[in-house]
Amino acid sequence: MHITTKRFKKNAAEAMDNPQLQQALTKMKTGFVERRADARAGLPEFDALRDQARDIKNHTLENMDFYLERFESNVHANGGHVHWARNAEEARRIAGDICAEVGAKTVTKGKSMISEEIALNDGLEERGFEVIETDLGEYILQLRKEGPSHIIAPAIHVLKEQVADDFRAHHIQFDKARPLNEPRELISEAREVLRQKYLDSDVGITGANFLIAETGTSVIVTNEGNGDLTQALPKVHVVIASLEKVVPTLDDASAILRVLARSATGQEFTAYTTFSTGPKRDGDPDGPEEYHVILLDNGRTAMLGTEYQDMLRCIRCGACMNHCPVYGAVGGHAYGWVYPGPMGAVLTPSFIGVDQGGQLPNASTFCGRCEAVCPMRIPLPKMMRHYRAKEYEEGLSPPAMRFGLDVWGFMATKPRLYRLATRLVIGVLGRMGRRKGHFSTLPLADGWTKYRDLPAPDGRTFQDQWDDAGGAR
Amino acid sequence: MSAREQILGQIRRSLGRDGPIEGEALNRAEERLREPPRGLIPERSQKAAADLALLFVEKAQKANCTVEEVGSLRQVPDAIATYLTQENLPAEVRMGEHPDLLAIPFEQRPTLTVTKGRTDGTHAVSLAAAFAGAAETGTLALLSGPEGPTSLNFLPESEIVILRKSKIVGPYEDIWQMLRARTAQTGSMPRTVNFITGPSRTGDIEQKIELGAHGPLRLHIVIIDDL
Repeated sequence: MHITTKRFKKNAAEAMDNPQLQQALTKMKTGFVERRADARAGLPEFDALRDQARDIKNHTLENMDFYLERFESNVHANGGHVHWARNAEEARRIAGDICAEVGAKTVTKGKSMISEEIALNDGLEERGFEVIETDLGEYILQLRKEGPSHIIAPAIHVLKEQVADDFRAHHIQFDKARPLNEPRELISEAREVLRQKYLDSDVGITGANFLIAETGTSVIVTNEGNGDLTQALPKVHVVIASLEKVVPTLDDASAILRVLARSATGQEFTAYTTFSTGPKRDGDPDGPEEYHVILLDNGRTAMLGTEYQDMLRCIRCGACMNHCPVYGAVGGHAYGWVYPGPMGAVLTPSFIGVDQGGQLPNASTFCGRCEAVCPMRIPLPKMMRHYRAKEYEEGLSPPAMRFGLDVWGFMATKPRLYRLATRLVIGVLGRMGRRKGHFSTLPLADGWTKYRDLPAPDGRTFQDQWDDAGGAR
Repeated sequence: MSAREQILGQIRRSLGRDGPIEGEALNRAEERLREPPRGLIPERSQKAAADLALLFVEKAQKANCTVEEVGSLRQVPDAIATYLTQENLPAEVRMGEHPDLLAIPFEQRPTLTVTKGRTDGTHAVSLAAAFAGAAETGTLALLSGPEGPTSLNFLPESEIVILRKSKIVGPYEDIWQMLRARTAQTGSMPRTVNFITGPSRTGDIEQKIELGAHGPLRLHIVIIDDL
């Protein structure tokens, strides 16, 4: 995938000027937020369950080597195979080798963010396999040759009219005059096209929401059922999962599942939660003959034991981006790589480096909504702050920003000067803006005023008002 | 060094250890796997059996299932035939070889065609017997094997599932307890445990939820009152 994280500001400006994207984002902003709020209200124990989910993952991370080894030996005991991959290239090679070994021609895939992270489709296509995404959103993106813009709703930036155009262009077997105005019509057509792909496929590749050490089980959570058809019908099932997906027991997975769907789509539970353990048994009428799990590191072990370890609790629900004012304004593609929104602002510099992804942690107002809604209670703003500091320390921030920070740093450490200067600026702005109450243009602040008005200050600084109100020091 | 050794070594170094966990930490982790501790169970699913069945029905309907209750397996053929007629579906069902399914007296309804085995996608309606139901979200648990081919849960456009009322539990954890007891007898987990909560759906086109994405469009549950 072409990485454009470094041109985040330009991406963001383009996103703001894209009317189709803005229309799609408007629909998103209310839906997810309201549904999550309803789901939370419907379960009095929700916040206590978040604490529990955090504790389960913390325990697992502290003993990750133990649980991974147990997971591995239980996969073996059930007749499956485990492969360890240090990085993206190794994982791609392993997946390609498995496909080659069984003489595969076509490979169907369930939705997997890890697969996007390691550019698995490119790796498999280079080796001559036909790869078909089966999640409806991912399928639409495959036709459009685009990456996902949201981790659970990958095609959220696409309008239904655009989907209709893509289907007409690619599904040339159907009548040109067929109606494709309603989501129902589009879904039926995708169902018909993909149905045959499932049946023809040689290898099915899925991600995993959990790996269970107790039983050697991989778990996928879907609503469409595409992941299940992907893994149940071909003769080989390959699971690709990152190390931190492991949890100790079936009970632990269930406990985290209680907060996953509620945080993600606002459902109490997704339609399908599937627990897979090894290949088909003697006498089973269906199921894959081979079951492989590829365990991917790709930067996770380097986060363990650091100030970013908490990020490894992430269960990829997407709540942080659904509630993020920045994501809501610019969408996922502006972030420039696989993971958008607040979780992406932490994962991207962790995985591809601060030099590449260091701008993303700046794309936050630090309003704190992401941490407030995170089911795993990940302190996202704190970690973004760490990355901002790192970007500055490594001299990677742009000169104007460094100059601004240096000036502010100089002033902020000299309280008298700071008071004087802020009184001056606030006083002047207050007088200038008294009539209209806001500024629609302002020198040096056009980045702000281009998209909204700056409210005029009332002429007195916060510190002065605090003193007048008798606030304690 | 193999990738495996390198990854495990890196985990240990990052966590400030020289080697695998040992002593008290090891005992705790071993114990957790041997006797999985039960976490916080939502109060809503801690009820008497009859109330759990009511909760199951409420939640399953909320997840777009249709639900009906019959007194015994003997009434299932009529229930199925009526459902198929109502929904304008062909009078044919495909099912696995679960003992409860085999015990249904289909001969009562000779016009209903019943075949057994997996599906290649040519069957419109499947029939399955649930291992259990979790009332907390109206979730069915179905096991793979000759008794329940997995393809029957995903390829047909309509699925009918029979569920004994005595198998309706509160939380998911109770299903695991039942499954562990089963595994102790059979020696291994089934290849697949499907937790199913309503028919297939997608919100991938403009967030509008539509049923019947890749899996079934309809999910009908017939509860057998065996309490």
